[in-house]
Amino acid sequence: MSSVTQLAANDLQQLATDIVTRAVKAGATDAEVTIREGDEFSTVVRMGEVETLKESGSRGMGLRVLVASENGHRVASTSTSDFSAEGVEHLVRGALALAQVTSEDPFAGLADPGEFGKIGGENGGDLELYHEDVYSLETVQRIEYARRAEAAALAADTRITNSEGGSFDAATGHRIFANSRGFTGEYRASSCSISASPIALGKNNEMQRDYWYTYARSLKKLDTPESVGIEAARRTLRRLDARRVKTQQVPIIFAPEIARSLIGAIFDAASGDSIYRGASFFAGKLGEQVADKAVTVIDDHTIVGGFGTSPFDGEGLPSRRTVIVERGVLTNYLLNTYTGRKLGMKSTGNAARGLAGNPGIGAGNLFLVAGTTTPQEILGGVQSGLYVSELMGQGVNMVTGDYSRGASGQWIENGELAYPVQEITIAGNLKDIFRNITAIGSDLDFRGSVASPTLRVDGMTIAGE
Amino acid sequence: MTLPLSPAAAGLQHKKYFFDKFGITERLLERCLGEALSAGGDYADLYFESIASTSIGIDESLVKSASQGVSAGCGVRVVSGERTGYAYTDDLSADRLLRAARTAALIASGPAKQPVQGFTETKTPSLYPAPAVDLDSDLSTKLDLVRRADLAARAYDSRITQVRSSYSDELRRILIAASDGTFASDTQPLARLNVFVLAKEEDRTARGTSGGGGRVEIDFFQTEKTPEHFAREAARQAILQLGAVAAPAGEMEVVLGPGWPGVLLHEAVGHGLEADFNRKKTSAFAGMIGRQVASSKVTVVDNGTMPGRRGSLNVDDEGSPTQETVLIENGILKTYLSDKLSSRLMDMPHTGNGRRESYQQIPMPRMTNTYMLAGEDAPEDIIRSVKRGLYAVNFGGGSVDITSGKFVFSASEAYLIENGKITAPVRDATLIGNGPEALKYVSMVGNDLELDEGVGTCGKEGQSVPVGVGMPTVKLDRMTVGGTGR
Repeated sequence: MSSVTQLAANDLQQLATDIVTRAVKAGATDAEVTIREGDEFSTVVRMGEVETLKESGSRGMGLRVLVASENGHRVASTSTSDFSAEGVEHLVRGALALAQVTSEDPFAGLADPGEFGKIGGENGGDLELYHEDVYSLETVQRIEYARRAEAAALAADTRITNSEGGSFDAATGHRIFANSRGFTGEYRASSCSISASPIALGKNNEMQRDYWYTYARSLKKLDTPESVGIEAARRTLRRLDARRVKTQQVPIIFAPEIARSLIGAIFDAASGDSIYRGASFFAGKLGEQVADKAVTVIDDHTIVGGFGTSPFDGEGLPSRRTVIVERGVLTNYLLNTYTGRKLGMKSTGNAARGLAGNPGIGAGNLFLVAGTTTPQEILGGVQSGLYVSELMGQGVNMVTGDYSRGASGQWIENGELAYPVQEITIAGNLKDIFRNITAIGSDLDFRGSVASPTLRVDGMTIAGE
Repeated sequence: MTLPLSPAAAGLQHKKYFFDKFGITERLLERCLGEALSAGGDYADLYFESIASTSIGIDESLVKSASQGVSAGCGVRVVSGERTGYAYTDDLSADRLLRAARTAALIASGPAKQPVQGFTETKTPSLYPAPAVDLDSDLSTKLDLVRRADLAARAYDSRITQVRSSYSDELRRILIAASDGTFASDTQPLARLNVFVLAKEEDRTARGTSGGGGRVEIDFFQTEKTPEHFAREAARQAILQLGAVAAPAGEMEVVLGPGWPGVLLHEAVGHGLEADFNRKKTSAFAGMIGRQVASSKVTVVDNGTMPGRRGSLNVDDEGSPTQETVLIENGILKTYLSDKLSSRLMDMPHTGNGRRESYQQIPMPRMTNTYMLAGEDAPEDIIRSVKRGLYAVNFGGGSVDITSGKFVFSASEAYLIENGKITAPVRDATLIGNGPEALKYVSMVGNDLELDEGVGTCGKEGQSVPVGVGMPTVKLDRMTVGGTGR
């Protein structure tokens, strides 16, 4: 199984198109092939000593076949990590055999000719997703990044007594996609990160842990390990000696890194797969007011260097920018080819896929457009309320919008952070939560592919003592 | 149906698979381990894994998806003191294996000091069937299961508008060889049937989900837990939720039903008792062995040896036999769940709980099937004892902050209890508590211990592994319910 272990990039594109051709020869009306390669390095330093060092790479490929019949297409897919001739043979034969048991689906099928395409120049190079420098450091230097981040956290305060460590990670990925309509595309992406996760001891010997990180596509864009450690320590210390509060309704301010999850919920609610099934509270609401009129949410797959950027989507459609909510009005659903057809619309280029299975719906760089109020001003407007800096659990029902999650953060008194609180829940319904966003911060900052400024939401219930 | 082989024959069969298919030999394993220890490591192991998986799904009464996948690879781990070096490859040729061993070896620096011991094969039980052929032979039977689930859910009530049902299985073969002489192999089947439905009535929509399975063959779904069983259960929940009222908010008495609500134990105490967190003293339970961490009515065990269960293993992912471990006995904390590294560094008993998601991951202490033993109370007496509270019988999932001990779990089917009677169903709500305190409020324990139906997947540090949970009906005198109502 070693004859094809050292293929160059071009050869992988060739392999992908060869498999497409073989699948069509073997009886597929259409075929799509995805190949993925990845390398990773990670190290954790704990209490000043190396705890783990990991370095490796792997790859896999997936085939999806579509067989036309009277009332639509039958589809099936296979995946493998075996790149040998025998592995490819098994991949093709298996997919066509599986397609015999699936149903004819009138909505299944590749995108229409003319829809395929890509952005960002040759292999997406203009999008600046790949920087070789993530692997430029020697192992000892990588360990040193992790050690410095942890050391800065441990040195920040005598109450920091323990640590889950500092880390340095680097990874590169390579993705190739080809289909039987003549589309082939590929691109590489890189990432690296430093994190620290210190533990502090409170007055009653109660421990608290928090963390901070910096994440970038290039080593040059990372924050310093020291700044990561110091911020991790600050976040951990502010949790110490937390109290519980009574059950009540007060304004809630979501810190930017927490508000991101609300933006993610807007995306999920507008996702075509849930819309056509009626499994979302946004179903049938296109053109209607679904959020406060100050709310504009955008899904942009085209931002140069963005964490959610790519030259083409999971079906080979060019990446684009879609406004989901504009001044509170739901303006677009997020669609791939299949969900678009189900709704009588065109794909918005949001197809996402793994190696096997049908394409799903995925976000690019997803964000809520910043407002003009500073976080301090938002805080200043709250007499009594909760500043949330952590949420726990998955208590969000996208069918009904019911929202109930564990929370911790700081209590707000007279416009200022007064003391930490924990072991409480916040609850409401997303339909109301989006409409009751009463303040939007000016502090939008992409630390990942989803970003939000500070948000204030009124009318939610805190459950506590 | 393949009959379980005798343990010795099964072991030979698992081993033979890697030797025949990938050309692995004992000599090669020894060479790789020798290479792994060449820079002075104390311990090294090789974890070979080969997985074949199938899934098939019906959606809007159409079979919209069918997929199969195969993957194989090997992970090499080298331990030096408290340090771990790790490398893996998806190419099982000798030169790639040796290269991975050399990469992992670099966690240590110096001359080789530890020789590779002669292999002794771990004796394994046969807790689950070990099919002689891959599971992909009976595709039509699998298809029949999802079709039956679709039909049964639609037939349950005309208000059921959407049904998605899926069947997925995998057959995982593993081979583990370690420098301490450990040599083990296993073939682990895992199957699951899932049903998701939507119910609609006027402007209200509700969802219901159900599913289950285990380390079973396909006839389990024809004789024990049928597609109709899961379909009706999902449909029942969705119809019930159409009429649900707002969940209450605040501290109250909470009664948890038997079975899957045992996710409470998994979050409140299970994770906090994993040895790695306690070795590093990052768990809220660190240093608490011998202390009271629950009411005297509470005894909690982790048991990897239950036949056919989703969380069960003949051997763990370090090649050690699994076992039944008493974690909490009559409220007193007895021990932690350990893997090889933590039991050695902590000088504690090794409980056979070293697990990993795949060959790409470093093993760590994980739960298997975690449950509370039955008590003496009748479930109806428990309900009757509550003046005003919540009765929660189904959950979506949970999570925990190991260090602070705060945990949540989200109820997807719950009811108000008013004056000793179960009344209105309530909408989804998260329950929150503090691990080392929550079980001290257990005042009644039912005589109706049940295990979940085989749906649990546990995530830790980015690694997912299948687990089981279980519990009898339990009353907690105090717990915070995160609803919006009065």
